[in-house]
Amino acid sequence: MSIQQGTLRPDVGAEDHARGPDDAPVTLVEYGDFQCPHCARAHRVLPKVLKRLGSRVRFVFRHFPLAESHPDAVHAAEASESVAAQAGEEAFWRMHDLMYDHQADSDDSLDDAHLVRYAEQAGADPATVALDLGANAYEEKVKSSFMSGVRSGVNGTPTFFINGTRFEGEWTNASAFIDALEEAAE
Amino acid sequence: MPDDSKMLKAGTPAPDFTLPVTPDQQITLSEFRGRPVILAFYPADWSPVCGDQLALYNEILSEFHKHHAELLAISVDGAWCHGAYASQRKLHFPLLADFEPKGEVARRYGIYRAHEGTAGRALFVIDAEGVIRWSYLSPAGVNPGADGILEALESLDAGAHAAGRGASA
Repeated sequence: MSIQQGTLRPDVGAEDHARGPDDAPVTLVEYGDFQCPHCARAHRVLPKVLKRLGSRVRFVFRHFPLAESHPDAVHAAEASESVAAQAGEEAFWRMHDLMYDHQADSDDSLDDAHLVRYAEQAGADPATVALDLGANAYEEKVKSSFMSGVRSGVNGTPTFFINGTRFEGEWTNASAFIDALEEAAE
Repeated sequence: MPDDSKMLKAGTPAPDFTLPVTPDQQITLSEFRGRPVILAFYPADWSPVCGDQLALYNEILSEFHKHHAELLAISVDGAWCHGAYASQRKLHFPLLADFEPKGEVARRYGIYRAHEGTAGRALFVIDAEGVIRWSYLSPAGVNPGADGILEALESLDAGAHAAGRGASA
């Protein structure tokens, strides 16, 4: 049987968290885990990369929490969805940034108490986020994002897709990453 | 791309083997006849890419089990090394020791890397009758993910259903 591997599915759609113009020539999708140190590192590289591409890139974040390795990652992803549902996409991205910025503060920096605090800073009602976490209100949504990653060939976190194809290059090096995106933009 | 010319391909009966899974337990491939088996050869315990690959499979074991498939991971590391690695990474599937004679099973599947002295990063999906239905050799530094495995398992399911309908008609 012939099998195509490393191809994004489903395509980016209205359900996704996206920053940048819908008609940008490059769509960069990250499958990430808020408790993954490599993802936090990517979070520090990405602003430089996205700034260089400007309006030519749309950045999409999908959840890929590795629950066996990172016990707080699933709740972190669910908290970001709760924030998005309550307070909108801008708040989602504030929450996303806050979790990565504080990830390494301490061992418990992504426990539920901290997540609720970041949610409040991001502009959501902390009590609602706490209730949503307790009720696993966004468990299915996060799980479905994770499975889309598995089916797309995500092979660890972070995994990036440039215009639908898994990026095998060095994302830790901003200039190599920029080159790959520039090439896709042409 | 790596040289996969010697790798056993789809349609080949999977060579049977018996390998240690712990210092006093062994696993034989043919014991799993009747359901699919995924063989994941990888270069070494503790190397970072392998860690990610096995960690990923550990997260999605339930998806493999939906197809009644068994995952067996194989490297040339010894059973004691596997034991330490599996316990530290909390892996919930067997790691087989292709340790003595070193790499013998990897050689029979055509994916031994003699220069490095390790197995290549190769995947085999074997059907319920013990025939290889899909194989893939990844570049050593690239974690192949799980999309290929799941798609292969789905085609096996589809094939089995079609065969079942044929037999009953």
